[in-house]
Amino acid sequence: MPPSKEMPTSTDLLQGTLDLLILKTLSLEPMHGWGIASRIQQVSKEVLQVGQGSLYPALHRLEYRGWIQAEWANSENNRRAKFYSLTRIGKKQLEAELSNWGRLTAAISLVLEQVQE
Amino acid sequence: MLREFLTRLRFFLSRKRPADLDDELQFHLEQCTRENVAKGMTPLEAHRQAIIAFGGVEGTREQCYEQRPGWGLDRLLKDTRYVLRRLKRAPTFTAVALVTLALGIGATTAIFSVVEGVLIKPLPYPQAESLVGVWQTAPGLKGAAAPGMGDAVPCSPTMYFTYREESRTFQEFGLYEDKGATVTGLAEPDVVPTLVVTYGTLQALGVQPEYGRWFSQADDTPASRETVILNYGYWLRRFGGDPSVIGRTLTIDQRPHTVIGVMPARFNFRNNAELILPERFERDKLFLGQFGLRGIARLKPGVTLQQANADQKHMLAIWLKAWPPAPGFNRAVFESAGFGPKLRPFKQDVVGNVGTVLWVLMGTVGLVLLIACANVANLLLVRAESRQHEMAIRAALGAGWKAIAREMLLESALLGILGGLLGLGLSYGALRVLVARGPQTLPRLSEIGIDPMVLGFSLMVSLLAGLLFGLIPVLKYAAPQVSPSLRGVGRGFSHGREHHRARNALVVVQVGLALLLLVGAGLMIRTFQALRSVDPGFTQPEEVQLMRIMIYEAQVKEPEQVMRVQNQMVDKLAAIPGVASVALASDAPLEGFGSGDALYAKDKTYRAGELPPGLPFRYVTPGFFRTMGTRLIAGRDFTWTELYDKRRVAIVSQNLARDMWGSPSAALGKQIRSGFQHDPWKEVVGVVAEVYNDGPQEKPPALAYFPAMMENFEGDAVKVTRFAVFAVRTKRAATESFLTEARQAIWSVDANLPVFRVQTLKDLYDQSMARTSFTLLMLAIAGGMALVLGIVGIYGVIAYAVSQRTREIGIRVALGAQGSGLRRMFVREGLLLAAIGCVLGMIAAAALTRLMSSLLFGITPLDPLTYATVPVFLLAAAALASYVPARRATVVNPVEALRSE
Repeated sequence: MPPSKEMPTSTDLLQGTLDLLILKTLSLEPMHGWGIASRIQQVSKEVLQVGQGSLYPALHRLEYRGWIQAEWANSENNRRAKFYSLTRIGKKQLEAELSNWGRLTAAISLVLEQVQE
Repeated sequence: MLREFLTRLRFFLSRKRPADLDDELQFHLEQCTRENVAKGMTPLEAHRQAIIAFGGVEGTREQCYEQRPGWGLDRLLKDTRYVLRRLKRAPTFTAVALVTLALGIGATTAIFSVVEGVLIKPLPYPQAESLVGVWQTAPGLKGAAAPGMGDAVPCSPTMYFTYREESRTFQEFGLYEDKGATVTGLAEPDVVPTLVVTYGTLQALGVQPEYGRWFSQADDTPASRETVILNYGYWLRRFGGDPSVIGRTLTIDQRPHTVIGVMPARFNFRNNAELILPERFERDKLFLGQFGLRGIARLKPGVTLQQANADQKHMLAIWLKAWPPAPGFNRAVFESAGFGPKLRPFKQDVVGNVGTVLWVLMGTVGLVLLIACANVANLLLVRAESRQHEMAIRAALGAGWKAIAREMLLESALLGILGGLLGLGLSYGALRVLVARGPQTLPRLSEIGIDPMVLGFSLMVSLLAGLLFGLIPVLKYAAPQVSPSLRGVGRGFSHGREHHRARNALVVVQVGLALLLLVGAGLMIRTFQALRSVDPGFTQPEEVQLMRIMIYEAQVKEPEQVMRVQNQMVDKLAAIPGVASVALASDAPLEGFGSGDALYAKDKTYRAGELPPGLPFRYVTPGFFRTMGTRLIAGRDFTWTELYDKRRVAIVSQNLARDMWGSPSAALGKQIRSGFQHDPWKEVVGVVAEVYNDGPQEKPPALAYFPAMMENFEGDAVKVTRFAVFAVRTKRAATESFLTEARQAIWSVDANLPVFRVQTLKDLYDQSMARTSFTLLMLAIAGGMALVLGIVGIYGVIAYAVSQRTREIGIRVALGAQGSGLRRMFVREGLLLAAIGCVLGMIAAAALTRLMSSLLFGITPLDPLTYATVPVFLLAAAALASYVPARRATVVNPVEALRSE
């Protein structure tokens, strides 16, 4: 697979996909913005690069909706950082989004297989 | 859901600390730098790469802020603060714009509240839409129609009984009329306007009294105890708002009346009545005829006007058979009159014919507002032009054209709203003046005020106006076109014609609208002139003092004695120094008529059932025509001997003489009598000029004059005029000293006689033209405002053009152009704009002034003189407005002009 440069940037991601990625990432443990971005990049094997220009607005949007909450804590290298974690609504929302995503991808692959035949 | 809403609400109310976001983003950059260093970059390079990777901290920060709930409101407040600050920095522009808008919006709001209060608002009665005014048509009964009501014939007292008893569609029905009565026994004798109603009128209106009760059917029957209901204002003034007034006795027209009720303050039926009295018809003495009362009915629920009209037609047939004809009349007269139904919404009865005037005024102020908007748009264009550079820079720095457009629109909307607020204050003041001293003929005057609907209208107009004048510069400057304005910055450049198109178009529109309004004002001036040039049938009305008295039977029983008392008073008045002549009459010119009837001529033959035209009668003493200045065309005046001998004589108006006998001289010696068969014939001894009794705009009525005392007249053995007016011709009319002496003269004969309706004939004359002069005043104000705004517009455009072309002028002068030539160039430009505006305005005026043709008199809506004068006047003003700034062009020093910038 060619390097990530040719992959769509985060702004091109399907709407709502970034929110889903953030929620999923945060479901493991509370994390700061940098951490979320690196985790997504790492897990996706450098395919998905989340631009800061979309990440932070998305984080704030989710916080304002009450899906995630923020807390200041010390990071690994002892610098104060803003850690985000899922709220109760956020967890429910994640489940809902995941099942949505499942349905969506299943539907898309159905269409694609049909076309290939 | 709820929790999410609560979270949003919490963030809406309290924002995060801005430092938090800075810190958060800073942390991100540090992490990134750290990683880059770990990859082997130098710290400096690592930091640089981190920033590049991040891509615009400021943009991200903005976007984060934008996520906050309530951010839109924040931005609006912030922009508003910014716009306000900018307006404050340009005080002249702001003041001019606000004053212009305040005048435009204020005038519009004021007139709209009048239109709304008078024409739009439902009448202040429960279910007012089911109230109808009850009229009849009777094409065969000439002269029976009420003056100014077209073909509508008022009700006969007999209709009260028929309509109440036979109707299938009326829930309630009553008759009413305006009268006057004297009230004695309180602090001072007083004459007050009264409303006389039958049972059913108050019931139809449905407004419950504040205290006490309505009239019952018993109150409305003769021989019962006499009762009265007070109107709120009278009750407050005379009884200090004391509720215990119910049951007290009031002496009205010399007879005791028991107060049974007080109407609430909001009851406003017939503008100025103070007392309400029951009509008390004597049923067995009524007959067909005496069409002098207004009828009102409340229709049963669900009944349409059409059904009710059919019902009225049916009832009129019953009515014709049920009642005897008036004494001396043949039943055939009524049967052949062709009575038909004429019900109409009661609002029309109340509002009358002011609708046209008010809508014309509304249109007028609307145009003034448009001109004001054009002016402000022009100011904004100049402002936008001078800010072009700034806007281009902002756009280059990343402000979207949407943001710039939003801000410009916000500026104009704010101007609109602020101007609207000022205008509202203005209109509030104007309305107070109008209600306090407006034309008394305006119906529903007390219902006019600033209510929620007017407020809503004013707000809407302000916003629309803001949008209207705001959109023009936005469309021109905020559109995405950056680079040209950045390149061509500098005030010295000459711009192409293209550049001024928007401003020129605005000026053309302004001139056109101003011309339209000035033509309207011009037409009204010409109408006023035409009215003034009508010979009204009297001379120097300001020198004729009028004073009324009423002599009751309880005071003086004998009719002859009444005449003698009145004669003594005439003599006493004539003895006052400075008095030229005195007379007594039933009515003065321009007052209504106390009576009238069909008039027969002895030398004519009448077919059975044929009724000669009905016309008004006036009863006068010798000297009446001399006092009024009414010309004697043929014959002579009455003499006092004739009056006391009760000789059978009469005087007719010139038009009556022409209609009946062909010429004034032919009328002399002819015999006439009223509709009463048994009245003696009277000889015509004189013919006098017509008197324009309904104002100069109405045709003068044919009129018969009789002596103030006669025998055997319309059922009276001896007829005298107990309700009479003294007319005194003197140069001292209306002066305080004369009025004191005049009252003393009357009181020296009878000390207990109230003297009322003290006014000059000029007062009546002015009132008869009140509608015209009111419209004229309003249109003149509007036209004047339009003229000033239009002239300012032209001045502004030319002055700006001169200032923009300083450099070009400098070059022209350097190349040898003459000052006069340059001046001509600019004046020509201004005149061209004005001329185009005039042509467009003339076309609009030709189309629109037809709407006001019912307000005009003696001229057509296309009056050539008006249409010739106004454009010349306007062009002259435009030439002057362009000449003043153009002169500045010629004092340009070419060296300085070329050096500047």
